[in-house]
Amino acid sequence: MRIGSELSRKDGRLKVTGSATYTADTQVPGLHYAVFATSAVASATIEALDTSGAERAPGVVYVMTHHNAPRLRPPAPGFGSMTFLPLQSDQIRYEGQPIALIVADSLERAMHAASLVRPSYAVRPAQMSMLERFGPDADAAVFDTLETVTQGYDEPDTRTGDPDAALGSAPVSLSRRYTMGFRHHNPMEPSATIASWDGDRLTLYDTTQHVWGVRSVVAEALGLAADDVRVVSLFLGGGFGCKGFVWPHEILTALAAREARRPVKLVLTRSQMYAACGYQSATVHDVALGASRDGRLVAVAHDVVYANAVPEAFPEYAAAGTRTVYACPAIATRHRVVKLNTIQPTAMRAPNEGMGNFALESAMDELAYELGMDPLELRLRNYAERDPTTGKPYSSKKLREAYHLGAERFGWSRRAPHPRAVRDGNDLVGYGMATALMTTYRFPSAARVRMRADGSVVVESGTQEIGTGVRTIMPQIAADRLGIDPQHVEIVLGDTTLPEAGGTFGSSSTMGVGSAVADAATKLRLAILRTAIADKASPLYEARLEDLEVHPDGAVTPRGSPTRRDAYAAVVARSGREAIEAEGSWAPGGDVLGTGDYAMYTFGAVFVDVRVEADFGITRVARCVGAYSAGRIINPKTARSQMTGGMIWGIGQALLEQSETDAELGRFVSKNLAGYLVPANADVGALEAYFVDEVDPHASPLGAKGIGELGATGVAAAIANAVYHATGVRVRDLPIRPELLLG
Amino acid sequence: MEPFIYRRATDASQALALAAAPGAIFIAGGTELLNWLKEGIVRPGTLVDINGLQDLETIDTAPGRLRIGALARMSEVAAHPAVRRDYPAVAEALVRSASQQLRNMASMGGNLLQRTRCPYFRADAPVPCNKRAPGSGCAALRGADRHAAIFGWSDACVATHPSDVAVAFAALDAVVHVQGPQGAREVPFGDFYRLPGDRPQDDTTLRPGELIVAIEVPASAVAARSRYIKVRERASYEFALVSAAVGIDLDGATIRNARIALGGVAPKPWRLRVAERALAGRPFTVAAVRAALESGAFSEARPRRANGFKVDLAKRAVVRAAVGLGAGA
Repeated sequence: MRIGSELSRKDGRLKVTGSATYTADTQVPGLHYAVFATSAVASATIEALDTSGAERAPGVVYVMTHHNAPRLRPPAPGFGSMTFLPLQSDQIRYEGQPIALIVADSLERAMHAASLVRPSYAVRPAQMSMLERFGPDADAAVFDTLETVTQGYDEPDTRTGDPDAALGSAPVSLSRRYTMGFRHHNPMEPSATIASWDGDRLTLYDTTQHVWGVRSVVAEALGLAADDVRVVSLFLGGGFGCKGFVWPHEILTALAAREARRPVKLVLTRSQMYAACGYQSATVHDVALGASRDGRLVAVAHDVVYANAVPEAFPEYAAAGTRTVYACPAIATRHRVVKLNTIQPTAMRAPNEGMGNFALESAMDELAYELGMDPLELRLRNYAERDPTTGKPYSSKKLREAYHLGAERFGWSRRAPHPRAVRDGNDLVGYGMATALMTTYRFPSAARVRMRADGSVVVESGTQEIGTGVRTIMPQIAADRLGIDPQHVEIVLGDTTLPEAGGTFGSSSTMGVGSAVADAATKLRLAILRTAIADKASPLYEARLEDLEVHPDGAVTPRGSPTRRDAYAAVVARSGREAIEAEGSWAPGGDVLGTGDYAMYTFGAVFVDVRVEADFGITRVARCVGAYSAGRIINPKTARSQMTGGMIWGIGQALLEQSETDAELGRFVSKNLAGYLVPANADVGALEAYFVDEVDPHASPLGAKGIGELGATGVAAAIANAVYHATGVRVRDLPIRPELLLG
Repeated sequence: MEPFIYRRATDASQALALAAAPGAIFIAGGTELLNWLKEGIVRPGTLVDINGLQDLETIDTAPGRLRIGALARMSEVAAHPAVRRDYPAVAEALVRSASQQLRNMASMGGNLLQRTRCPYFRADAPVPCNKRAPGSGCAALRGADRHAAIFGWSDACVATHPSDVAVAFAALDAVVHVQGPQGAREVPFGDFYRLPGDRPQDDTTLRPGELIVAIEVPASAVAARSRYIKVRERASYEFALVSAAVGIDLDGATIRNARIALGGVAPKPWRLRVAERALAGRPFTVAAVRAALESGAFSEARPRRANGFKVDLAKRAVVRAAVGLGAGA
């Protein structure tokens, strides 16, 4: 079972039998329970805060408010945490902001006490309107009045050529506005933190996609040395980005445990999750395309407006993909923000491209109909051989093969050229397609691989398991490099006592952690073989290193001499050591996007078949086919699972998900999974994911790239395009609602 | 979460006696009540567990009527062969409700006492909602109103009732049997729910301490030829955007008697009696159904900003149900 083989999830049984230890399952002696009381207003000064009822309530051992909370060092502005911390002043900046933290001897008693906190506020008007400002009557100049967030890893604005002039003179042009609503991540597992102090040393069991980020931010906020903070995260019940940053509740739980002098557990409620760990901003996209009559793009312009919390700065470069996806001599992108009274928005599968892709790929579909051209042909005609904005070659790109593979598997050639042409009973049938694209993010990572005397192998790396398959593919990579069966290999992860790894975000783990594991396992193989050939007791004594081959059971022989056998386990046993180990690491050059001389992306082509109930306007996705160009695939089974999961994510984005806001109350309206709809199994039709055979020699030593977020791009646009094909109605606002399709 | 007393009743008289305690509330399947407790929608002094009242579990399909004990579980009623055969709208409404897990737990009596899914009523924090905190106002009046009522709402409340099976019961003229401190009584389904007026906190005409013991549906030709259509954005485990329960009694190809009730459009299941009357004596065709729906049946509809589409959608759901029942072209 080498790289490229379909190894089943090593942690599958643990998860489906309930044996996997998620953060809130962690048993800590003497544990107490923390519950937040939160603000019902979005912008205010706390004038009075009566906690006497809470303090007197049974079981309560500690009540923390801005009056008594020790002052924290707020996180520096930057990527990964909020600068504004609750319980540090009388200022309320978002609805749902904690105003008190109760610690009690049971969860129920803490909840009850929290309900007894009585605040009074001097309320200010809250800013919560976003899409309303860009409605049909919006002032065209409003965009120019907005702020630019420059803090990030990329430029907010780019310009290549002269798009304005090119648009003006283009034989065919269109200019459209697309919008997408606010969304929340809604992982099955709500965020949880358990803080336990031993003297001045802190252990946090935490639902985080980045134990190292939590360690540094919490240490900084509490004035601790990073080495005095240990962060553990063994399994995550989903995150989708909302556990990537470090949020106030993680810092405040650590503080409360210190002040209460007890280990403390905090689990956010489902409704608190809507104002505690980010959300995906609503976005407004103005896209203009200019083309020749034969469909060659001469101008592309993509302006984006998104939201940020009042004091914060988070970049959401939704038009980033537009800079590279199609060959065009004139491309301009701009990003502006409106400031809202909310928790800080954050990355959500898929950030940036996952949003902008809907707008650009919808516009491309509109252009195809305008030109009377097959939408796939329009994309092929504008195929980018080099990055059109930077002029760099792609590190690898087999998108053309992906278009053809996807079209063939889907049966795209059967598509009727005109909309509203196919009916099946009560359903209008439509086909749609879109290009999928995602930036490649890579982070430095380290790993250690240990071979024990019984032949078992342990991979150790401070990465996280979010459900993607890290616990499966890292042992698979190590086994591949060691030349043995992965059943002998296990992984220990999610702990800052292990070698440091990048965050589980940006679809980066396979490249960063995987390359580090491969490096360590390669070194370990060499170390064991060298030990053997230097060992007079070994049958391999003084053999030539390059002649040795390893068998799946760990036996080692010179090539062609099967009887002169030693074994990994025997070498370790004779060494007198408990284990032989090796450390490995890998880092991309430069910064987050430091891709050197190459433009680095993953690509795909997504095709969908939708059925729109003609009478009711209800859209269902009957079939979705994705073909992807995404580097070497380590494990096709877990990889396909990620892509189909991404497609389901896209179905939710296209048809169901939206957090409505109430501008007057300054809050998200429905903070539960009855009011915020995510797809159920019945919403998901046939899903097929294929990969073209590809190795990217530049993205990582494994030849692999990241895939997790790629699968969530392209789907919403393909669905919207298919809805147009089915009904003749162009929907430019997500989610696609039935009332727009009643016709 | 507030502390409360938990009591388990073994028979109806004991349950009624326990319910006399201050702030007492009955609990059966708990699938809805536990949500209320967690969100602070109710703060009962005593929970009276009635799951031990075995007499209330019976589904009785004696000729002439269907009598569903209040503690029968939704899944049992939905799967009952006689219900599926003689009262298909009831069975269809149930299998399209909630999820299988919830249907296995939820009682039929409790189903009728579900409260609105209006997001302001269900909010985690106090927001203006007269149904939840009388006098606090109605945030949905000027806020998110896509799911709001088009019929029967007042300036105090624009919420809809969420039950599916209640729509079928309304169409089929069910009767709710209750017992209370003043004895037993029967409440015709049309009188069971009340419109909000200036008292939206009261969803039903149940009196304090009364317990639903059964729901009775008269057997009829309309019940036997009935259908429930549910329109929802998510394909399962989702409340209706709109729904329609339709029953038709035919004399040859002519309608003798029609029943139409809508869900998702009003604070209670909404009977379209104007359309029902217009259909009597008419040929059973799609054209006749459409004409009946345009004959003033929706003259009382008062759509709000974002929910005007419900008028059209509700008509289409009725037509779809009629087609399913064999309406001619």
